[in-house]
Amino acid sequence: MNARLLPYVLILPVTLFLCLFFLYPFLLVSKQAFSTGAGFTLDNFREVTGYWKFPITMRNTLLLAAAVVPIQLALALLMATMVNKMKKGRDLVLYVWTIPLGISDLAAGIIWLAIFDQSGFLNSMMNGLGLVDKPVNLLTFQNPGIVFLAIMLAEIWRATAIMLVILVAGIGLIPKEYYEAAEVFGASPWKRFLRITLPLLRPSLQTALVLRVILAFEIFAVVAALGGTLFPVLMGETYAYQFDLLNSGAAAALALIILAISIAFTLIILRVLRVPKGATI
Amino acid sequence: MAQIEIKNVAKRFGSYQALHDINLTIQDQEFMVLLGASGCGKTTLLRIIAGLETATVGEVSIGGRRVDHLAPKDRGIAMVFQNYAVFPHLTVFENIGFGLRMKKLPNDEVKGRVERTAELMHIEQLLKRYSGELSGGQRQRVAVARALAMEPDVILMDEPLSNLDALLRMEMRAELKGVLAESNTTAIYVTHDQVEAMSMADRISVMHQGEIVQAASPIEVYRNPAAEFVAGFIGNPPMNFLPAAPAGEGKWSVAGQVMDGPSSGKPLKFAIRPEDMRPADEGLTATAKVVEPLGAHLLITCEVQGSMFRAVLDSDMSVKPGDQLTLAPQPDRMRWFDPDTTLAVA
Repeated sequence: MNARLLPYVLILPVTLFLCLFFLYPFLLVSKQAFSTGAGFTLDNFREVTGYWKFPITMRNTLLLAAAVVPIQLALALLMATMVNKMKKGRDLVLYVWTIPLGISDLAAGIIWLAIFDQSGFLNSMMNGLGLVDKPVNLLTFQNPGIVFLAIMLAEIWRATAIMLVILVAGIGLIPKEYYEAAEVFGASPWKRFLRITLPLLRPSLQTALVLRVILAFEIFAVVAALGGTLFPVLMGETYAYQFDLLNSGAAAALALIILAISIAFTLIILRVLRVPKGATI
Repeated sequence: MAQIEIKNVAKRFGSYQALHDINLTIQDQEFMVLLGASGCGKTTLLRIIAGLETATVGEVSIGGRRVDHLAPKDRGIAMVFQNYAVFPHLTVFENIGFGLRMKKLPNDEVKGRVERTAELMHIEQLLKRYSGELSGGQRQRVAVARALAMEPDVILMDEPLSNLDALLRMEMRAELKGVLAESNTTAIYVTHDQVEAMSMADRISVMHQGEIVQAASPIEVYRNPAAEFVAGFIGNPPMNFLPAAPAGEGKWSVAGQVMDGPSSGKPLKFAIRPEDMRPADEGLTATAKVVEPLGAHLLITCEVQGSMFRAVLDSDMSVKPGDQLTLAPQPDRMRWFDPDTTLAVA
């Protein structure tokens, strides 16, 4: 086999797979989004963005991402630092912490529903402690804050570990000598975290944040389980257009809007956390 | 004043005893080299002085002040690491200024000190670069500059030149010695390279299996090794050893030749450096095995009564493998070791 050709031959199967199952459907969706049957049009985009629920779903989605992702980032960094300091039982702790990753997002939503529901664990507990005399319905339109909080909690519980595993691997790559040098030259543990760990972790932070932010904009099942229609998000609306309103053109347009937001945020993250040339480990 | 005192320091890693009861005093502004093979404990000792490792028992004082409970930054030390540990995400300027920034010195003072040390290390044109854009030798200079910029009482160096190629190492050796002499700091320098140790040190501490076997000036270590280990470790090629049997009071029989030696009741080992052998009419009978012309000298590996023996002779001599030589040791350079204790016998 020609050595120059070999790499291309090796990536051929996955390229074909991606073209067939990602690129081709993507092109079909784009076509659907930009047409209503007769030629190119932006009508679908006008329709979805003009709908009264659009600003609400957009705001909810962004708000949720803005509330959840920074907390997850901080938690994941804290947990990754702790795990890396552990001498024994490190793998066990890591496995336990990543269990939620193995659960589907809908199942995760249902677990938290079982806690916050009118007959759920939280109500039983409050009742048992004598805080309430009869079960209260927490997840209603009168309590938008609690609905938001429940969704936040479920998301943090469910998806922090994906950042954690990336950051644990990233921290493990930072040579110990840098920390020792920083210590000798007077950096406190907090300063070492700020001045050594964080900057040297930029490539991993990029990956973790891009992955997490994209997933945050695609949030659907957890919201559906806990909030139903109380907390409409972009992906929920896309689903409604496609399956309730049977308007696939509008669903396709909304899906592309989500894609555009994801790409925009990805570019911002890559830009902010870029590593200058020559400054890699 | 930064005299360093190490008293009864021992270090144990689990069941492994890395250091046994180390006692060492390093004078103010002295250049002390810790020399030994890998695994002898020299780096562990350095890290205990730095505060990166805690001694299992013992005391460390710097400038008359106990420091074993202090963090590295409060010990008045700076360190040069084996792999340089030049921070990749900071420019050369920020690397050199790292410790000064941590001390929260004002900006213009940081700038002044960084520029001065960069000039001293001849890297002033590299200040804006990242470490990925530097060669190994340049990184080494940054690491030294970062330590010097702290104006420390004590500078600790852990095999700082071991990652450089031979030519660069020789150049840096001389430069480092000069720079450190001017900086008036006490220096502790860890190396496994005896040439480095000999050429740079005021005093060498030869370490072996977690103990200091001898701490003395380079020439003393070379001429009067305190133990067989030092004799066999220092010098290239190292000292020759031959068994010596008692042959009367102060007389020893070495390979059939009677020599004057110390008075001792039991058998000893006779030792002599290869360059202290001369061709003579009377002496040890040696059969040449390998002859290596080294330009200025001839290195001859030969056999003396079944033992391997090396001699460095003048390159004018014509010696071929298989030749019989008669070699006489220079009397004032003969050394004797007790085979049981391995220590030198005077």
